[in-house]
Amino acid sequence: MGSVTRIILQRLALGLLTLFIVSIVIFIAVNLLPGDFAEAILGQGATPEAVASIREGLGLDKPPITRYFDWLGGAIQGDLGSSFAQANFASFTGSDAASGTTVAEQIAPRFKNTLFLAGVTAAIAVPVSIFLGVLAALYRNSIFDRATNILTLSSISSPDFFLAYVLILFLSVLNPLLPSLSNIYDGMDFSERLVKSLLPALTLTLAVTAQMMRMTRAAIINLLASPYIEMARLKGISPMRVIVTHALPNALAPIITVIALNLAYLITGVVVVEVVFVYPGIGQLFVDSVKIRDIPVVQACCLIFAAAYILLNLSADVLSILSNPRLRHPK
Amino acid sequence: MSQISRRGLLKTGAAASVLAATGLPAKAAPKRGGRLRAALSGANTSDSWDGRTHSDLFMIASASGCVFDCLTETAADGTLVGELAESWEASADAKTWTFNLRQGVTFHNGKSFGADDVIESLQMHTAEGAKSAAKPIVSAITDMKKLGEHQVQFTLAAGNADFPFLLSDYHILMFPAGQIEEAIANGIGTGLYSVVSFDPGVRFVGKRVESHYKGDTAGYFDEIEYIAVNDNTARMNALMTGQVDAVNRIDFKVEALLKANPAVRIQEVTGNQHYTFPMLTKIAPFDNVHVRQALKYGINRQELVDKILLGHGQVGNDTPIGPANPYYAGDMEQLAYDPDKAKFHLNAAGLDSLDIDLSASNAAFEGAVDAAQLYQASAAAGGININVVQEPADGYWSNVWLKKPFCASYWSGRATEDWMFSTAYEAGVPWNDSQWEHPRFQELLLSARAELDTTKRREQYREMQEILRVEGGVLVPMFANYVQAVSNTVASPDVVGNLWQMDNARMAERWWVA
Repeated sequence: MGSVTRIILQRLALGLLTLFIVSIVIFIAVNLLPGDFAEAILGQGATPEAVASIREGLGLDKPPITRYFDWLGGAIQGDLGSSFAQANFASFTGSDAASGTTVAEQIAPRFKNTLFLAGVTAAIAVPVSIFLGVLAALYRNSIFDRATNILTLSSISSPDFFLAYVLILFLSVLNPLLPSLSNIYDGMDFSERLVKSLLPALTLTLAVTAQMMRMTRAAIINLLASPYIEMARLKGISPMRVIVTHALPNALAPIITVIALNLAYLITGVVVVEVVFVYPGIGQLFVDSVKIRDIPVVQACCLIFAAAYILLNLSADVLSILSNPRLRHPK
Repeated sequence: MSQISRRGLLKTGAAASVLAATGLPAKAAPKRGGRLRAALSGANTSDSWDGRTHSDLFMIASASGCVFDCLTETAADGTLVGELAESWEASADAKTWTFNLRQGVTFHNGKSFGADDVIESLQMHTAEGAKSAAKPIVSAITDMKKLGEHQVQFTLAAGNADFPFLLSDYHILMFPAGQIEEAIANGIGTGLYSVVSFDPGVRFVGKRVESHYKGDTAGYFDEIEYIAVNDNTARMNALMTGQVDAVNRIDFKVEALLKANPAVRIQEVTGNQHYTFPMLTKIAPFDNVHVRQALKYGINRQELVDKILLGHGQVGNDTPIGPANPYYAGDMEQLAYDPDKAKFHLNAAGLDSLDIDLSASNAAFEGAVDAAQLYQASAAAGGININVVQEPADGYWSNVWLKKPFCASYWSGRATEDWMFSTAYEAGVPWNDSQWEHPRFQELLLSARAELDTTKRREQYREMQEILRVEGGVLVPMFANYVQAVSNTVASPDVVGNLWQMDNARMAERWWVA
């Protein structure tokens, strides 16, 4: 187990470095965009004095490098700063940016919603894809196998918003079964929340099923030529049992890796789906914040996205090691 | 209602309460109860209850339309009625205005409304460091005097007959004195609906205030739910699938589908919203009036209405005064597309042909780049070679508008002529996007502002519109309609406001469950 701990620590350190680099890239990218928060928020009313006074209130008049290190200093101590959007920049007495909502307060409820959607999607997508993958391996090259392949591959090849609209058309407009507006809010009871989140969850399921299902199928088929599977067959075990109890445990490592990658996608790749269904998750907040150049929120969102990728990849690696006795007990 | 002259209304607001009491003629009597759910665009994570920052529908409908009140209100038919002011009176020079406030009004936190609240709420707009869109209106007030608990006197720097109209501006909301910070944080106003929950850029829920001063003549719903849906398709879907009762800004591409749905009706009003191409008239070649006239004849207005607005609009006549304005001169000769006249004016300016850049971005208005290209094609026949420069949408208002000599822009319009002119056509004002300075125009602007005689005022405004039509530096090719869709579960009056989308953003107050 010592080696596993070492790997985890190593990967965490690398992850922090990655986050640091990501933060620099994001900061530069946001600064390259034309316009800033003051101009975006004032729109047609952007007189030079008003722009200058908002910039001063938010510290946007300082050079970028100073701003970056101010932000980094805070972030290291766990303070992601104040959101520009809710900064009370037009307070009664004048500029006072300090009294705004913190980024953490703004992101927390949205991130919770995104996690909820990811959870619902994963609860549907992971069992379905593994089940389909096992069946496809069992009946490989049959009509069923081909049909599943065609369906999942075409859904992964279509853009998310197209899948979303197709589902809205069939499940919401033509047959009014599910709501097309997923405006969940605090205080909604669980079942209503679930119903409202179902269409975006189904859309995301269609988007992620193919990879997991095909990896399951490929990993199992790969093992079916092994001598121990042949032995099991010769013992007279049913094909289903051969796959589920003999092949599947040994195929888990690659499957777990793919599942982890797809879970990360459920957190970072939901932007379009959230906008289409008006789901108040982190993706929509991200889009809104980019639109008005709310840099602290944009940076925090990006860090969360990057951290989700890093952590899920790390757990995939750890789980693969744990599921493989050869890696668990190195010589 | 048309017998009551506007002047009478302005001079003494007494008639206002009568107007408010009679209400609007309706097919079925409005009834209390139910919930209004609307999907509205124009929401942002930066939204707050601070009226000074409001600029788009979502907050206007939530704040001035539900939670807060102004002193005056523009009724759906364009007349001015009192909201928190009961009546008002002007001195003969329209410089001193006395407002009598409604008595027995309370804020949602129980505080009673009075003169102090008015004075402090207006001071918000001129406070040091405050960025209010209504600053020009409030800074014209030189003195505010509390004559009694429910009476305020305003002294203006110069006479302004439209002053009560200006106080209906959705930025000038009435906050409780001494508790303004708290009221901005939690949304405490005197409006028909108190805040149940508000999540910026996501959702607003309001509950009908029991025993409100507007009584049974307004605010029929028990509950209001506004959902922020900036995405066009999602908004249309929400209405088509019956999840909301109303949506603003319908997508013209799916208009036919909405029309085919028997459960939905489309509301369309022509107001003052106009799309423009302003040119800086102090910069060559636009300082030459013949060049401006050539440009006026080189644009095919009808084609723009047909292709950019898909018919949902009206051709403009190069004045910003629209059908929702009281002194709109709709009978002036219409500027028409005429390449020969364009050539004639170019020759008069001493030119054979003209090469100019036109900066456009869809940030100015939806379809602005296409409109510029259509203009390019039609102007070519008159010897005007327009080079369309596509500008980035980000920073358009700070980097292009007011800076590039010829660009695309838009105005949502103003309720009164003076308000519109003094915002964008008065010499020296910051938003004068054509650098317009015209001695006669300026003279008329100042004299009409203080004129209380309706007939004289009408003549003066007509002449000003004529000056802009013939010589003005802003091309106003089209007025864009407000087009919204409403489900048949909700009833609306026959006359719907045309100053702003969704019945002047007051559907929570004026509509009811069918």
